[in-house]
Amino acid sequence: MCDTCGCGESEAPLIRKPGEDKHNHVHTHTHNHGDQKHSHPHSHYHHHDNPHDQHDHNDHAHEHHKADHNHTHRKEILLEQDILHKNNLLAERNRGFFDAKNIFAINLVSSPGSGKTTLLEKTIKKLGKEIPLFIIEGDQQTMNDANRINKAGAPVVQVNTGSGCHLDANMIYLAIKKLEPADNSVLFIENVGNLICPSMFDLGESKRVVIISVTEGEDKPIKYPTMFETSDLCIINKTDLLQYVDFNIARTREHALMINHHLEFLEISAKTGEGMDTWYDWVKSNNP
Amino acid sequence: MHELSIAINIIEIAEEEVHKANAKEVNEIEIEIGVLSGVIVEALEFALETAIKNTVLEQSIVRITKISAKARCTNCGMEFEIDDYFSPCPKCKHLFSDIIDGKQLIIKKMIIS
Repeated sequence: MCDTCGCGESEAPLIRKPGEDKHNHVHTHTHNHGDQKHSHPHSHYHHHDNPHDQHDHNDHAHEHHKADHNHTHRKEILLEQDILHKNNLLAERNRGFFDAKNIFAINLVSSPGSGKTTLLEKTIKKLGKEIPLFIIEGDQQTMNDANRINKAGAPVVQVNTGSGCHLDANMIYLAIKKLEPADNSVLFIENVGNLICPSMFDLGESKRVVIISVTEGEDKPIKYPTMFETSDLCIINKTDLLQYVDFNIARTREHALMINHHLEFLEISAKTGEGMDTWYDWVKSNNP
Repeated sequence: MHELSIAINIIEIAEEEVHKANAKEVNEIEIEIGVLSGVIVEALEFALETAIKNTVLEQSIVRITKISAKARCTNCGMEFEIDDYFSPCPKCKHLFSDIIDGKQLIIKKMIIS
């Protein structure tokens, strides 16, 4: 079963570098966690203290002393297990890899069209001169964003999620194997443009950055609170368009702070470059 | 849409447990969903309905309990129940609070045979 979104059951994410065509990509196996026979480096978490041999003796009388015979009776398993534990474990594993290599991983989330890729293009051209930058691009389809990033001059891997609506920790695990980010670098993960689903999936990032543009409504933070609640920084982009749209930055900040009072803000225009220095400073000062 | 993904995670955990115990199927499963978990219970129920076909959960009773959310006011420390992210403190009307409960997404227990 597909661990990504469930929508395309046998559809594995497609992970490619620019220039690679569909037919010679490294095949990522489809995960079938139901068969229990595969061996791949997922860490599985087992509750060994589960009362596996605890039975409910109330509804029938029977004899048994060993727990390993064929069970035909009911038994209760106390799990207390997080439904997303597999993703969370893999995310922690990614986080450990980033820590060990001193990689600053940033997960960029937003609705489609808020300017994530333009922000990255500009960042690569400016900040890329000082710090090695690596990019993972997440989109449902196409190599378009990876090609733009490649042109801007940073090593990039594109993850096409197929029918999936978000990146998950396993996709990042596969993507970093292919991307091979250098020690002491900054890794930008451009998530699938979607303000809902990516908020639930930890990728192992150090910081989550949510981007909204002034062409979107100022009530975005209260309409899509989970994303703002889980982010560390909110970038308000396309400030060059403020004079043409009805967008009150102060009110947006107020809305966002009601959701998450730890949230920091930057106002920028990736297109004109206005405020971009504050973004470069933020990346540098948060880089461990 | 991610509710289907959550449903599939539930099925995978169930399959694993059934396999480990050398059992055949799940008779009952209890799930707890916090109201601020990001999962809509109705959407999850809908997703599960389809996703459990031909799995160990196909015949199972699925019990989903909604867990209400709690916040602590950053100003006066009052703990209060919330159902969204932006309820002001009922005591001091302060707007900022920290969420202390209601984000869980847990399989509590299963009965298998």
